[in-house]
Amino acid sequence: MDRPRLLRPRLTTPMSLRDKIRNSQVWKSIFRHPAPLDRRNRVVVVLTNLVLHVHPVSIQKHALRFGFTWGMGLITFFLFVVEVVTGVLLMFYYRPTIEWAYNDMLALRDVVSFGVLRELHRWAAHAMVIAVWLHMYRVFLTGSYKPPREFNWCVGVVLLVLTLLLSFTGYLLPWDQLSMWAVTVGSNMARAVPLVGHEGPGQQILTVEGIDMITSGSDARYLLLGSPAVSEETLNRFYVLHCIAIPLVAAVLIAVHFWRVRKDGGISGPT
Amino acid sequence: MPEDLDTKPAVAGMPAETCATDPRRRGLLRAMFGSFLGLGFTALGAAGGLWAAGTARFLFPNVITKPPSRFKAGFPGDYPAGRVETRYKDEYGVWLVSGFYNGKRQIYALRTACTHLGCITIWQEAEQKFKCPCHGSGFSMDGVNFEGPAPRPLERYAIRIADDGQLEVDTSRIFQEELGQWTDPGCYVPA
Repeated sequence: MDRPRLLRPRLTTPMSLRDKIRNSQVWKSIFRHPAPLDRRNRVVVVLTNLVLHVHPVSIQKHALRFGFTWGMGLITFFLFVVEVVTGVLLMFYYRPTIEWAYNDMLALRDVVSFGVLRELHRWAAHAMVIAVWLHMYRVFLTGSYKPPREFNWCVGVVLLVLTLLLSFTGYLLPWDQLSMWAVTVGSNMARAVPLVGHEGPGQQILTVEGIDMITSGSDARYLLLGSPAVSEETLNRFYVLHCIAIPLVAAVLIAVHFWRVRKDGGISGPT
Repeated sequence: MPEDLDTKPAVAGMPAETCATDPRRRGLLRAMFGSFLGLGFTALGAAGGLWAAGTARFLFPNVITKPPSRFKAGFPGDYPAGRVETRYKDEYGVWLVSGFYNGKRQIYALRTACTHLGCITIWQEAEQKFKCPCHGSGFSMDGVNFEGPAPRPLERYAIRIADDGQLEVDTSRIFQEELGQWTDPGCYVPA
């Protein structure tokens, strides 16, 4: 039996593809709020987006002045991201062993396609050290280390040290004469650390019943190298420090650093 | 109620026929190249695409640090009947055998991988068989499976007499018995 088709008046225009996407469950599950067409939703979209929320919803005008910040903090972070991306790609080929380290380093330049990644990694590392110093210089000149930002200054100092340690540990990985002797000389500094270096001041304090506790086989340098001299154990140790340990700590501290910038009142202004 | 919405022009207060030339209506090309912001995002997207393609290419190795697929294995006279040479197992994955197949004496190179799940077989001299340690498959000296779960005989590699009279094995070519390929003269040297 045929029922007469119910004719409903069309109240709206047919949905465009754009509206269909915007009304789909997938879209709505990712973007919780309507399009940023009015002031309230512009705020809400920034607040609910992981990437966008790194920047505040509103900032003071001076904070956008290039001459005030030089953008060095952001450039440093950008260079860190470049280091992570190129570094992970290099790890796909590099083997931290005496047999392969130097050959793989050469092959990353001469044999693989787009053999510029190692150069990118190296130059970005140099640039990052420079950018970190300039960022610190700017923060000092603008007095941004003063209360209430003194804790974040200290976090920044630790990040500076981590940046230098990343450069130092990465220096050994090509495993050529330059890197090997540079790390030999550099790690000799650990001999002279007070108390924990076997040639450092105060070493003799840590003596139990006439027996030295801090010797060349138990001091900071030995811990760093994993052997009495720079060797394959050192290469492996520096590789783990360079690729995993230090970047992880740095990433956590970078997050703390950014968070504190916001919690301490945003980018400091002229007072 | 907006009951006559679909008769209204897309931009309120403007006749429908001017919509096509209205600068406020944006096509894809205009969105991509019409403003500095659009241009910037287009360039960013293009750079990202190029980077992804370059990265994908980078991850395909151009050189592999493995032994060459061809190697010399001595003279045919070094292989008396019934000999299974095991010295090429570790580096090349090859059993070099002087045995019989279909009643004819041949020298052939068997691949050491079991045809069940690919474990490396072991030559058991006392029992004159290749034994797989994983699931117990057994292969006789000619490479044919006779016990355990292996579904087909071991595979042969290409072998020939090189110009200097030595045997030369080429592990880049494979010959399978169940496909009738063991009659191919490229996979044995008559002895």
